[in-house]
Amino acid sequence: MAAAGRSNEPLVSIQDLTVQFRTDRGWTTAVEGVSFDIGDGDCVGVVGESGSGKSVTALSMLRLHARGTSRFPTGRVLHAGRDLLTAPERELRRIRGGDIAMVFQDPMSSLNPVLTICDQISETLRLHQGMSRPDARRRAIELLDLVRIADAPRRVDEYPHRLSGGMRQRVMIAIAIACRPRLLIADEPTTALDVTIQAQILELLRDLRAELGMAVMLISHDLGVIAEFARRVIVMYAGRVVEDAPVEVLFRKPLHPYTEGLMASMPSLDGADTATLYSIPGRIPDPDETIAGCRFGPRCSYAEPACSAVPPELVSVDGGHRVRCPPRTRTVTPTATGARQ
Amino acid sequence: MTAPLTNTAPTDPIVAMRDVDMAFAAGRVDGRPVVQQVLHKVSFEIGAGETLGLVGESGSGKSTAGRIVVGLYEPTGGSVTLFGQPITGPDRRANLANVRSRLQFVFQDPHAALNPRMRVGSSIAEPIEIAGRHSRKDRDDRVRQLLEMVGLPRDSADRFPHEFSGGQRQRIVIARALALEPGFVVCDEPVSALDVSMQAQIINLLMDLQARFGLSYLFIAHDLAVVRAISHRVAVLYAGSIVEVAPKPDLYARPQHPYTRALLDAVPRPDPWRERPPVIAGEVPSLLAPPPGCRFHTRCPHVMPRCRVDVPRLQSTGPGRLTACHLFDEGGIAAVPDHSSRPASHVER
Repeated sequence: MAAAGRSNEPLVSIQDLTVQFRTDRGWTTAVEGVSFDIGDGDCVGVVGESGSGKSVTALSMLRLHARGTSRFPTGRVLHAGRDLLTAPERELRRIRGGDIAMVFQDPMSSLNPVLTICDQISETLRLHQGMSRPDARRRAIELLDLVRIADAPRRVDEYPHRLSGGMRQRVMIAIAIACRPRLLIADEPTTALDVTIQAQILELLRDLRAELGMAVMLISHDLGVIAEFARRVIVMYAGRVVEDAPVEVLFRKPLHPYTEGLMASMPSLDGADTATLYSIPGRIPDPDETIAGCRFGPRCSYAEPACSAVPPELVSVDGGHRVRCPPRTRTVTPTATGARQ
Repeated sequence: MTAPLTNTAPTDPIVAMRDVDMAFAAGRVDGRPVVQQVLHKVSFEIGAGETLGLVGESGSGKSTAGRIVVGLYEPTGGSVTLFGQPITGPDRRANLANVRSRLQFVFQDPHAALNPRMRVGSSIAEPIEIAGRHSRKDRDDRVRQLLEMVGLPRDSADRFPHEFSGGQRQRIVIARALALEPGFVVCDEPVSALDVSMQAQIINLLMDLQARFGLSYLFIAHDLAVVRAISHRVAVLYAGSIVEVAPKPDLYARPQHPYTRALLDAVPRPDPWRERPPVIAGEVPSLLAPPPGCRFHTRCPHVMPRCRVDVPRLQSTGPGRLTACHLFDEGGIAAVPDHSSRPASHVER
């Protein structure tokens, strides 16, 4: 893949990111010690359930949280030699929608209902690239073509309410790629869409990634979406990265008990039709719930006494596979993994 | 399950919908009133202890069908029979009053379904009070029994909904639904607001309760994998019409209608090695101006001239199977392959 880009420095490097929010009970930690890199042209999937911190991580990368009620006690988000967590607002504004763009879950609320599609795509182009109105309009039509909206010259003058959910998400993607970002962050881009439309949007994102050579970070709660889209997968649970592996490695042999449990509790379409579904016992902890040691410990079938004593570290078990689980990684020593691969 | 169910439609159904039409007024266009045909000649039956899965994308009419079947909407055409009593026609009100205590509904959003200012115990006791059947002590005992049945601690009765997670709240809603020992429960997307690891718990609970009390379910969902886990038979809706009904194992292993196939193909699988089938183009048509003929013809990979003109009727295409597609008309190309030769066997789940 993007081996050339990788050899130097990553496109974005998240290092030991911790994010806290102010609540009635003081500061609550939503994300703790998250570290991973995204290289040029990478295709990273981030998967987790509610409260896992996947969206909080993404929003932190562009510092999109409300300023007064959030803070970063530790961490850096390095991009092009700058730390985005401390960069001046002016500089961030250039990066957002420029080098790094974002697509959100709900295309209904992300588009301004009183502006035409043309206005909304042009805004990005005029602000970032200083284009004139006629040029921006021409480019907006090109972009609608690029996201496979038929009859673009007519559609460009319509208002969002005239478009279906799938079309609106295509418009959101057109806005996001307007300035040819090097990284597109897509936060649950298909969750609000029907399954046949979801397939269309995922295919579009796949095609655009290849055509434009950009890196994509796709956030989803759906392991199916992740498996079919990502090359590398980061699994998050209760604000922490619990596993990070190439997609084939993760789906062939998940090591973290949570990853394993998540895969087992997905009802299947193709496999054996079992009488009862597997379910992970217990529930997802609240962010401010104190749990000694491993945050998955209370729900884990592999838990040992040591698990509730010390929070486990994220360790590399072999090239490119990191897991936060001593009981499972102890048995997979580098030599044993070498033999298995 | 007490009595083994057959794979075919039930002979003595608890719920029967026949040729149900539903049209809503959709405002005016150019001064003329416009009607939105949300359901078109929808028929299905549900037997005792059976789960019928009803799948479809947004706008398919699946929630409307669920509301009609419990009498929340009166259909504009066709008939609905519950526990042998017609709830359409002249006796609608009287018959609905007779069967109402045996019907329940579980909605998608457990946050909206519970009054935030009522203690959980009072919420669960409300239907019992309205039915006026129990003394105070009996009622409290029943509430605790219901809480236990759905796997919640007994002391939950004195707490408020906000103290519970989404999955637990859905358990409370289910406990309330079971308070009057219903025979038939409509579950409209009961797990789609929940996380994957919570979904499985609720589905298992619903199946367990069915086995214990012989409940019948109409299980409405957009998630085909969830529907597969819980249903005995599955009906697929597209733009207001049923395109296919089949025993669950047949529908998933050998889908017949091109839309069912497209829908199954479009679901992403947790399998990075999967060879992805081609993605179906287009979107669900507007119900204000549905296309003539088969409503799926605008997106169908097998479209024939006939499909643009004639509305296909549901026809028998195998044991317990019905499909509305011209490919299965006499001499149609699909009439030969893909037919299940399996005898109607006991339901697998």
